[in-house]
Amino acid sequence: MSNPIENLNKTFDSRVRLGIMSTLIVNDQINFNDLKQLIGVTDGNLASHIKALEEIGYIKVNKGFIGKKTNTTYTITKLGEKSFQQHLGALEKMIKTMK
Amino acid sequence: MDARQQSLQELQQIKKMMERSSKFSSLSGLSGIAAGVCALVGIWLVVQTIAKWKQDHLKNIYAPEDELAKQLLVIAIVTFMAAAIFSFIFIFLRCKKLGIPVLGRSARRVIINIAIPLFAGALFIFRLSTLGTYELIAPACLIFYGIALVNASKYTLDEIRYMGLTELVIGIINLWILGYGLIFWGIGFGLVHIIYGVIIWWKYERNQTETL
Repeated sequence: MSNPIENLNKTFDSRVRLGIMSTLIVNDQINFNDLKQLIGVTDGNLASHIKALEEIGYIKVNKGFIGKKTNTTYTITKLGEKSFQQHLGALEKMIKTMK
Repeated sequence: MDARQQSLQELQQIKKMMERSSKFSSLSGLSGIAAGVCALVGIWLVVQTIAKWKQDHLKNIYAPEDELAKQLLVIAIVTFMAAAIFSFIFIFLRCKKLGIPVLGRSARRVIINIAIPLFAGALFIFRLSTLGTYELIAPACLIFYGIALVNASKYTLDEIRYMGLTELVIGIINLWILGYGLIFWGIGFGLVHIIYGVIIWWKYERNQTETL
């Protein structure tokens, strides 16, 4: 019997990354400040987790402008969506099989 | 804590984040109750004003219809503003308590999605009044308000959807019982607000220790 823990994605170990992915999977796009407010973390902490998720290719960073102010938004990639769904599936399986 | 419990907790947190980021859930039931009470007081004032006007009319005291219309309009505007201000105050307090921005992204979406049908409705009702089809004003208000609530409910508590459907049904019934607009307003804007306000308060605010 395979160990269901193996299917859990190590990338989603942190609360902040989980928060970013959960938010992006139900919202088309979201900007830095809204994300910060929702998750309740400091700028630096959020930025480092965003960078990590971007490097793996789970989220996409879109730099834009509102007037003269920069407005950076984030969207989830196909790969990110798939990985997150797999992670959710693994979690569910753990709950079911370990009763 | 075993692995199973940990997974459960993680799933719950994911669900919470999904809801919190896509829905404005810090509505306050007290807002609904306050708005409903304002509506009932407003309707009571209208009934009194009309009764007084009729009496004056019978006693042959000078009582022009224009004057009555003006008074009723003032009552309507004051009632609407009082309801809006009280609702906002209670939502503001609830947001502060939960530590959620009052005009955050989800709140803005709720406001925009309520405003679109209401704006169309306002123009429609204005046109009804200029054409003199006064009997249709009351049902039109209820129907457009119902549509606005159903439309915005995607971004907030599920109860708002049922409240919108209730308003729609009351408005539609009113279409076939014309001339009783004030009674239907009392039910739709008064009682329905109070009932759903109590439900929302009971469900989400009674245990104040619960936080998002």
